[in-house]
Amino acid sequence: MPGGHSFLDVRDLRIHFPTDDGLVKSVDGLSFALDRGRTLGIVGESGSGKSVTSLGVLGLHNRRNAEVSGEIWLDGSELVGAQPEAVRKMRGRKMAMIFQDPLSAMHPYYTVGVQIIEAYRVHNDVSKAVARKHAIDMLGRVGIPQPARRVDDYPHQFSGGMRQRAMIAMALSCDPELLIADEPTTALDVTVQAQILDLMRTLQQEFNSALIIITHDLGVVAELADDVLVMYAGKCVEYGTATTIFEHAEHPYTWGLLGSMPRLDRAVTSRLLPIAGAPPSLINVPSGCAFHPRCVYEPRTGGLGSTVVPELADAGGGHLVRCHLPTAERRRIWAQDIKPEMEGA
Amino acid sequence: MKASAAGACRPARVRQGRRPQPVSVVSYIIRRLIGAVLTLLVVSMITFGIFYLVPRWVGASAADLASRYVGRTANAEQVAAAVKALGLDKPFYVQFWTWLKAIFVGADFNTGTSIEHCPAPCLGYSFIGRNPVWPDLLDRLPVTGSLALGAAIIWLVSGVAIGVLSALRRGSFFDRTAMGVALAGVSLPIFWTGIVCLVIFSYGLGWTAPGGTYTPIEQNPALWAYHLILPWITLALLFSAAYARLTRAGMLETMGEDYIRTARAKGLEERTVVTRHGLRAALTPIVTIFGLDLGLLLGGAVLTESTFSLPGLGKYAIDGIIASDMPKVMGVTLLAAFFVVVANLIVDVLYAVIDPRVRLG
Repeated sequence: MPGGHSFLDVRDLRIHFPTDDGLVKSVDGLSFALDRGRTLGIVGESGSGKSVTSLGVLGLHNRRNAEVSGEIWLDGSELVGAQPEAVRKMRGRKMAMIFQDPLSAMHPYYTVGVQIIEAYRVHNDVSKAVARKHAIDMLGRVGIPQPARRVDDYPHQFSGGMRQRAMIAMALSCDPELLIADEPTTALDVTVQAQILDLMRTLQQEFNSALIIITHDLGVVAELADDVLVMYAGKCVEYGTATTIFEHAEHPYTWGLLGSMPRLDRAVTSRLLPIAGAPPSLINVPSGCAFHPRCVYEPRTGGLGSTVVPELADAGGGHLVRCHLPTAERRRIWAQDIKPEMEGA
Repeated sequence: MKASAAGACRPARVRQGRRPQPVSVVSYIIRRLIGAVLTLLVVSMITFGIFYLVPRWVGASAADLASRYVGRTANAEQVAAAVKALGLDKPFYVQFWTWLKAIFVGADFNTGTSIEHCPAPCLGYSFIGRNPVWPDLLDRLPVTGSLALGAAIIWLVSGVAIGVLSALRRGSFFDRTAMGVALAGVSLPIFWTGIVCLVIFSYGLGWTAPGGTYTPIEQNPALWAYHLILPWITLALLFSAAYARLTRAGMLETMGEDYIRTARAKGLEERTVVTRHGLRAALTPIVTIFGLDLGLLLGGAVLTESTFSLPGLGKYAIDGIIASDMPKVMGVTLLAAFFVVVANLIVDVLYAVIDPRVRLG
């Protein structure tokens, strides 16, 4: 894993929730790094720990019901052990978040403008009038027409795509260096999705921020991400550049994700290949490799799959894979079985 | 470049999103006003029906009703004259119309010995007390109003504060204690807590007035509060318990909403998150209930007024019932209905102010 002096450096992050049924290990030893101007896509099924990770970076877990350990370094300061007040002051200013459903994520009783003004004034000692000008300016920059009028509208008076633009404007209002987008396009229809992704790409270049996109949609990752981190049961199972993941994926779970992704460039006759089974329980994580009950290649590991937790190992050039299968065999399966199937050959 | 292209295809959609806000608020209020007037009409019809029609259904003749007003020694002719004078022999709708008209233009009542004029708004004439009901109601309204408003302030402040703290410290010692006390507060009847309070604080410790007295606020505000403090607390105990539970439930719900997470993600201080974002949304149902409770209480806090012998509307109604003085009871009932309807109206309008989404609905 690239470590050292990245802008964002997450090391061995663990986020566990003690519940009556047992300890839920939502994130279990996750490490990654991200520099300014780069985009990391975190992919996985529901319950794989993606959102918990992002909330963990922002320090939004309630310390009374979540056990957070490990290190999160943001621009040289450590966040996990920091005072909550210090982390609060960084939230919104240094790091900001865009949420999945902008209708429920914006307060229904306040106008869009008031909510942006509020976000700006927490961290900037300016008058309401100045903040309002800034809010209008931000709404204009995210492509909302007539921002000076729309600023006084309530969230329910916006369309879904507009709301997400407003949400982005709010998140960017303090010029954050780290932006986390949690399923930013999931609640939107397809045409609007493309617009929002375009907008995020443009703004990221403009603000030169580090961007984390959390999604289960590999299409979104293909659009935006430089690097991809595939999560399964709270752990990273594969990490690499977007090109590596899409062209030379080596983990059976990633193959499953790729196979279940609809693609316009694929032959119409080929069928989507769903991953068998359901995401594992995070309380009783399967022994050995957490993916082994669903993995069709498990018999080839000679019993290792169900007994030993595989290490995240470098398969060359920073491409990390957590799998018992030998690298050569993984590459052979990819080249002979998976890739041709995906391309509908 | 793509972003600007995306922006370019937007303007066509702007128009449908514009809000005709001022117009919609006014029409909203007008709709509610019409509804309120109709409700009052129906309520008055039902009230009138209960007091004038139901006795007939259960077998009382017009003469039986009239005999209440002429005394036990009256002979048949006197009763017949009273029936005629009161219009009890007329059909229901005529009686109702006469009664309804009196509210707006006043009426004359033949007491047998003289013609008494009851000026508008004439809510009936008490043949037992030989006086119109309305001035009586006006006399007693400040007592009930003082009682209800004072108690309302206490229970609103304490109930909401306890509810918020309980929700934020869910499961803590404070939460458990507060909710336990609240359960007791909701369960204990006023005539019990009221008497216990009287015994302890008034007769025992001598801190407060023993009840039965009311000093108008314009005469002596300190004495006014001194005489009312015990009824206030007794009444507020009951309501603040309910409000604490209501607020706690509301806060627990809103603090789990996505927009609370957003507010925290913006870096707002927790205090701001709780008050501006959490409590603000949780207050909506509380405002509704508060309006209705206050409206109801203004029509007479029957139990509290009886317990503390306060000369308010509730006591007036009870006295009316005991004396079978129907115009008194009807007057209070209608006034109470009026307050409830008005409170409802105010709540509806407040709703539109509090929750902007209501305006379009």
